[in-house]
Amino acid sequence: MSRSAYRSPAIGRRFFYLGVTVAKIEQLQCRECGRSYESAPIYVCDFCFAPLEPVFDYDDIASRISRESIKEGPASIWRYSELLPAPSDRRVDIGAGLTPLLKADRLAAELGISSLYIKNDTANPTHSFKDRVVSVALTVAREMGFDTVSCASTGNLANAVAAHAAKARLRSFVFIPANLEQGMVITTAIYGGNLVAVEGNYDHVNKLCSETAQKGEWGFVNVNLRPFYSEGSKTLAFEVAEQLGWRSPDHVVVPVASGSLLTKFRKGLQEYHKVGILDDAPHTKVHAAQAVGCNPVVAAIKGGTDVIRPVKPDTIAKSLAIGNPADGYYAAAAVSETGGTGEDVTDEEIVSGIRLLASTEGIFAETAGGVTIAALKKMAEAGVFAESETVVALITGMGLKTAEALTGRVGPNFHISGNLDKFEEEMRLLSA
Amino acid sequence: MKVKIPTQLRQLTDGNSELAVESATDLRDLLGQIGASHPDLQERLLDENGEIRRFVNIYVGEEDVRFLDGLETKVPDGTLISILPAVAGG
Repeated sequence: MSRSAYRSPAIGRRFFYLGVTVAKIEQLQCRECGRSYESAPIYVCDFCFAPLEPVFDYDDIASRISRESIKEGPASIWRYSELLPAPSDRRVDIGAGLTPLLKADRLAAELGISSLYIKNDTANPTHSFKDRVVSVALTVAREMGFDTVSCASTGNLANAVAAHAAKARLRSFVFIPANLEQGMVITTAIYGGNLVAVEGNYDHVNKLCSETAQKGEWGFVNVNLRPFYSEGSKTLAFEVAEQLGWRSPDHVVVPVASGSLLTKFRKGLQEYHKVGILDDAPHTKVHAAQAVGCNPVVAAIKGGTDVIRPVKPDTIAKSLAIGNPADGYYAAAAVSETGGTGEDVTDEEIVSGIRLLASTEGIFAETAGGVTIAALKKMAEAGVFAESETVVALITGMGLKTAEALTGRVGPNFHISGNLDKFEEEMRLLSA
Repeated sequence: MKVKIPTQLRQLTDGNSELAVESATDLRDLLGQIGASHPDLQERLLDENGEIRRFVNIYVGEEDVRFLDGLETKVPDGTLISILPAVAGG
């Protein structure tokens, strides 16, 4: 441990009680003022309340990591363990990561994009990118000695925490807004942990969890374990670059809720270059996609300001419905610094986006995916992507979880009796 | 009324998790009263322009004051005021 590291007095007592350390990361550092803290279940700077991040020794990592060592690693996020703040040999792992990067030629032709890829993170164990962050967070939680893990969730995280906790034999308490889609509720409850439905929107749930986390008794993956948890999102960038042949894309379109995924995608590319995996400094323009009914980050981007004004969410894209996003400021900054853009889309456009992706590429995305595709379409129409540039769109969760959004919008084309004559008559009418 | 102090700031309140204020006209007045006895605490909550810092959330009852009237939000007697770090969730 560094002697210069600040030890949070209140948390320090708790840490002593737990009697463990996180072997891999010795220090956390404030993103704003740079103060250092001993690695512990803490998440913001005691002085400026800005987020803490793990400190990696990139020179040391560069001496050990290579494209070959990555390729020889597990077929999961843990192939990138050198750049994760958790020990790979004691990992909580149900197979997150290494999801397909699909060349999306039909969708590209539809949108007038020359080279488009879909990163299909619906292929994760609980069918969203949240398996990545939770695999990391629960590995750290177990290392720290927590016997109970928890989170505030808009649905996908709830699935991932409940599933990984079941595998790791950890008790779980998952907090969700009471009005969440049935698909999200069932795909959480099935894992057998405790599911707490809270009256109010996600921001109310998050406040409750922030207050509960103050006691320090549970490992809240997106509160007191957030510095570790959020690093798991970097693996999306690591994979995309690896799957593109060790290069960064020209553009990436990212759905934005808290803003963490967007900022960590960019950080992942930067780290890959720092440790020598990418030859060139990443030039990727990072674009943000939100729903009109919950667009605090895109509103800031379009308004040219770094002030995030919280909103009361009103959108079918509930998995993105965070009105007061924790990393909104950093997400807007990342978009601005990379020359990216932001687009917000209506509920109708979200449904159209879901249908467009499904009907061209055979991928059924949840509402967040509809947001991404609809925003991608707007960006293409605005001429954001130049000829010959490579565009990657992140599809972060699968459609069965939010099937309600399509109720009454898709269904059978024909309704007939089980009779060959009737069917052939319908076919004749169709071809007439 | 009571003001709940987050773990991160309790070294400035002698370890107390709550501070009591008899009455205040609005949130600015309330923070001013706290600041009189705990000047370092006020500095952590408000920036050089006297506005609530970017990474601080303050709630009157269950509502974030950014949805109310900010520092001009009324704080009726008996209201619970909560201070929490903003960087959580997602």
